[in-house]
Formats: sequence, structure tokens, C-alpha cells
Amino acid sequence: MRAVDALMECLKAEGVEVVFGLPGGANLPTYDAFYDAGIRHVLVRHEAGGGHAAEGYAKATGRVGVCFGTSGPGATNLATPICDAMMDSVPVVFFTGQVRTDLLGTDGFQEADTMGMTLPLVKHSIMIQDPQDLPRAVHEAFHIASTGRPGPVLVDIPVDLSKADIEYIPGGEINLPGYQPTTEGNQRQIRLAAKALAHAKRPIIYAGGGVVNAEASAELIALTRYGKFPITATLMGLGAYPADDPQWVGMLGMHGTRAANYGMDEADLIVAAGARFDDRITGKLDEFAPNAKFIHIDIDPAEISKNVPAHIPIVGDAKNVLSRLLGEYRALEPDASRLDDWWDKVNGWKEKYPLGYEDSEDSEIKPQFMIQALHEATGGNAIVTSDVGQHQMWTAQHYGFPEPRRWINSGGLGTMGFGLPAAIGAQIGCPDSQVVVVAGDGSIQMNSQEFATCVQEKLPIKVFIMNNGYLGMVRQWQELFWDHRYSQVDLQDHSPDWVKLAEAYGLQGVQLTKKESLIDDMKKILDMDGPVLVDVRVTREENTYPMIPAGEPARNMVG
Amino acid sequence: MADSPTTDPLSLENLHASVGIRTGRTHVLTILVENKPGVLSRVAGLFARRGFNIDTLAVGPTDDPDLSRITLTVDGAVHPIDQVTKQLHKLINVIKIRDLEPGEAVQRELAMFKISAEATQRAEVMQIVQIFRGKIVDLSHLTMIVEITGTNEKIAAFDEMIRPFGLVEMARTGEIAISRGRAET
Repeated sequence: MRAVDALMECLKAEGVEVVFGLPGGANLPTYDAFYDAGIRHVLVRHEAGGGHAAEGYAKATGRVGVCFGTSGPGATNLATPICDAMMDSVPVVFFTGQVRTDLLGTDGFQEADTMGMTLPLVKHSIMIQDPQDLPRAVHEAFHIASTGRPGPVLVDIPVDLSKADIEYIPGGEINLPGYQPTTEGNQRQIRLAAKALAHAKRPIIYAGGGVVNAEASAELIALTRYGKFPITATLMGLGAYPADDPQWVGMLGMHGTRAANYGMDEADLIVAAGARFDDRITGKLDEFAPNAKFIHIDIDPAEISKNVPAHIPIVGDAKNVLSRLLGEYRALEPDASRLDDWWDKVNGWKEKYPLGYEDSEDSEIKPQFMIQALHEATGGNAIVTSDVGQHQMWTAQHYGFPEPRRWINSGGLGTMGFGLPAAIGAQIGCPDSQVVVVAGDGSIQMNSQEFATCVQEKLPIKVFIMNNGYLGMVRQWQELFWDHRYSQVDLQDHSPDWVKLAEAYGLQGVQLTKKESLIDDMKKILDMDGPVLVDVRVTREENTYPMIPAGEPARNMVG
Repeated sequence: MADSPTTDPLSLENLHASVGIRTGRTHVLTILVENKPGVLSRVAGLFARRGFNIDTLAVGPTDDPDLSRITLTVDGAVHPIDQVTKQLHKLINVIKIRDLEPGEAVQRELAMFKISAEATQRAEVMQIVQIFRGKIVDLSHLTMIVEITGTNEKIAAFDEMIRPFGLVEMARTGEIAISRGRAET
């Protein structure tokens, strides 16, 4: 059969139920195979949208996302989602078309060095040189993307080879002698960690996206509750621990709560699980958590001691390590009352510094209230995707996620335009869930072409644009650190009429301006059939607080 | 906590982080990789991206046609070697990495020196070549080419001796290494 027909068989063997993509010259044979392969293909309007949709699908379901694009500009358009998936450890397999093998290296039409360009962005990449290798490459790509620390894998297929006849033997054989991720934590290290925890007087758990990837939320909750430890999480780890729990101290980092950041600052022992001490977490590295020893649990050995030296490193899958750590800790029968003084302090911060804002005196909608209203209207149970900027931080702070895989955003790369396509993937992966997008009026314009995809696929996504007429986070920094010199951030009079834009795409469009009726208005919108674009007018110059100014330690939080 | 925590080896005060240390010496990393296109650019790209400097680099086949060996030297005074090797291990095509301890391995490099050696000073140059057990592989009226093999210290010493006679140009292969005794590299 043709190599591309074998590709379809491999996708089915991998359990792929949907792929996202856009056809072009160099992947015409692949699209011919899709014509009657019986695999759902979602046609996006820009390859970046396809890549982010595959990421949204993967993040919402835990399964591997799949995205197809053509050579040249198709591949360069995929660079952003590939890099995004790398930074946030999202399992996605990208298939790109490539020019004919006899044109390779000649600057042929729509030729780009896709392998070379994406080398620093991928977990792994494979260029097909013999069509007979394609099935094995596909299975290797899925295996690498989904195991160990997940990440993007690219398969580049020259168009002539994709048409070639091959002998297809089902079975999914792979050969990866250099790839053996460690999933089982070392017993001695786990026992040592349990003993250290039992000695700690001011411990804190710091959970990251790795806990979500490992499906280790239940193990995290069990350890935290048994030990009565305060717990914080990164932007990527939100939902791994329920936000309404009394032991939850809020997100940490640049726009985290004071309780979380002060807790890290004064802790004597920090248990980092599936988190990587990013600069948005540590602030000034030399002054980060000066009193703490670190237990660092991560499946990627290279993350351990990369930024902060670990005292007890444990390489392994968070689910495996956390459940065994609880067992070892329980066996020591530690006395939880030793943490009473610590809790007095932590609870003191929680009471003294709640996430607040000054409400408007008129009907104006404060952006923080918009997120609280959305929580209210959705019952806190929606899958929420976002773009990048102030609205993203306010959503992280105020929505209060009860479960993992409900909060889907671009953390590491910070990709504007992520939210709408990611919601498409999430809604397709979770058809029975309420999926909402919180977008910025700047960000949404980076992938607004995907409204057409929403309509075509009849996805009931509700897109709430937090409209302040600014590239708001940049404006905030210019206000605070660049002497109010607002350079190139004002979008107010030059954005589309959102209601008309919605109608042009065939969505319903609604504008909301009054806080009194906001929750009820949102409820009505959530009950509407099909996709809806909602233009929510909010306070123009509101700042996201609290914040750690860049390069400063956590104790210098402002706002 | 009545029992004295200071004598307990597991008290938090006694926990030490032992990573990210700069060793202050040159490390010879020998990296066994799959013999596939693009592997060298993955390794080189990783070094460039993470800001690690490669001092020398040599690539060649091994006894197994499916495998190649990359030998490179890195300055352990500048880079934490554990981070370098951990990042290298993340490359799927990298099968094995050894950080060879000095003394447990034999290291060699080949260099060729083109030296200006007119008749008047030829004898003196040849004497130095002999002391370093080099080989003269080309001779003309004005120049000679000397091939020399050894550790990079030996080659550096030869370089120092020969330079005053007039060094026209030089080429070096970069070090390769193999572990001593029965153990595989």
C-alpha cells in the first residue's frame, strides 16, 4: 500500500480519534489518504491554530494530539505551537510535508529546512528517508511524545516518499536504544525525603504541571492532606490540588499570592513535584527561598538542580513517587502538631493578604470580577482556556480550579492567540464539557481566523474577550517600570466591532458592559446553542496584582 | 523532637546539595550515538543553545556500523558537567555518555604543523621533531610538514618549541579517547 495509507493505519493503531491540520502541495498524498481513512480531520485556518488545537486536545484529555501541515510556510507556521508544546511538555505529534527528495537542498518551491529549523524546539524529530521506515517512525513518535517528560515530536515526510508503495506490517515495532525514561523513583531517596519531611517544621509543597501530566493529582492530595502541609502550585499545576481546600495557599510566582510566595520564602523544606523553578517562580534566584532545603521530584533528570540545587533529588514519575512518599512518611508516624506554628503564620498571610481589588463605584466591570462572575456562572466546572497577558493571570488567580486538566493555557512560551484554537481541541476531546475561552482583545486577534473552524465544527465554545482596549500586560509594565510611557499598546479605536465580527463568521455576538447583570448575562450566554463571542468591556487601566517585580525576591511583592 | 536533631544524620541542617559543581578541569566526554543523519547537529546545537563551549570535537565510526562516537572536551571550570551530560542524555539518538576520568583513559590527538624550515635551521627543527617522536611527512625548500600524535599537552608543548622557527599553519583533529583495561568506554 502507499506509505500514506500505512500512516493512516498507524494512526488508528495508536488510537487516534481526531487530527488537526491544513493541506498543501507537499502533503497532498496524505490528504488523499484522509479522504476515506475514517479518521476525523478538523480543518483549521492557519497551521498555528492546528498546532494549538492539538495541544488543547492533549492538555484536556491527556492523550497525544496530532497536527498536520505542509512544507515551507506550513512548517514555519508550526514553529510556534511546536515550541509551545516543548515548553509546557505537551504530547503532540506534528507531521509536515516536505518537497520531493530530488529537490531537497535546492531551495525548491515551499522548501524549508523543517528539521533544522525545529531542532531546538522538539523532544525529537524524524525525517523519512526510506518510505519503508514510515510506520516505525510513527510509532516511535507517539511513544516518545507520550512517555517520560511529554513533548512534541516532528515527522517530516518528503512528498514523493509518501506516495511510494511499501509493505505494511502491523505491529508497531519501535527501536530506541537511547531512550529509557526513569519512572520509578529510587527507594532510598524516597525514604530520605520522607524522613526530611518528618523533620521539617515549615514545609511547603510546590506542585507543577508534571503532576497534571502524570495524572498524580490524587496522590498529591493524599500526601498533602495526610501531612497537613501547605500547598501551592505553578500556573501549569493549577487544579492539581482543589482551590477551595483550606490547605491551598494559592498560586505562587510573579502574580501569585503573598501566602504562597512568603511561604516559599520562609519554608525550611520545599517539596517540588513536577515543577522546574522557572524564573517566573523564583524571582531573583540568589535570594529565592533562602531558608529552604529542596526535595525535587521530576521525571526529567536535567531539570533537577538546573536552576536550584536539590538536596534530595528523586527522578521519577510524580504518581509513582508521591504515592510511595506518602507510604514512607506515614510509616514514620509524624506528629502534625509540629506544624501548628507554621500554619498560624501561613493562615495569617492568607487572612491579611487575600486576592482583592477595589470594586468600581458605577456599573463598570472590573476584570477580576469578570473572572469571579465566570466562575459563578459556570459553577466553577468549565474547562477554561486563555491567551497570554493580564486576563490569563486574573483567570489563574480568581477562577479557582477544582480539578486538573480544566485550566489550559500557554505557560512557558507565553503564546498570545493560544486560547481559541486550544479550546477547539479541548471541546473536541471533551464534547460533554463546558468549554470557555478567556481572551484578551489583543491576543484573540492572533488566531481569530479559527472562529471559522468553531462554526464549521459546530463547537459550542463560549469566547469571553476581556476587552480593555490595550495590550494590557505591556501597558502595565510601561506604567510601573517605564514611567507611564505607553508605547504601541493602545488598541481601543482600532479593533474590530466584535459583535459584527462574530456575525460575519456565523457566530452569535454579545456585548456586556454592566456588572450588576453580568453573572445572569453570562449564564444566559452559556445556555445558548453553538459558539458565542462575548465582548466584555472592563476597566481599561487595571493592574494585575500582587506582583514580584522582575529580578526581585518574593518578599518584595508589590500591590 | 526530644532526641537531639543535630546528631541525626537526617536533620535538615545536614542535607547538602552536591550538584552544579564546577570541577575546574577539562572533561573528555565520549558519546556513543546512533549513526543517523543530523545527530552531530543535534549535539552541536544543544551546546550552542545552552551556552556550553566545546573545546575540541572529534567524530568517527566505531566497531558497530550503527553507532558513531563523538569525543569532545569541555571546560569543567566554566560549565557544570552534570548539566551538560544530563542535557545530552535527553537527545534520543544519544545512547551512552562517559565522562572519562584522567588516568582511566588513553587520550590522543593528531596534529600537523607546517613549519618554515630553510636549510640553515632544518637540522635544529628535525632534532625537536625527533624528541617529540614526530614524523616529517612533507618537505620543500622552504617548509616541512610534521605529523605529531599525543595528548593535547604534548602537542601544545611541541607547538611552543617550534613556533620560534616560523609556524606557517597548523591543523589538529581534536582529542579522541578510550578507557584503559577491559572495561568498555
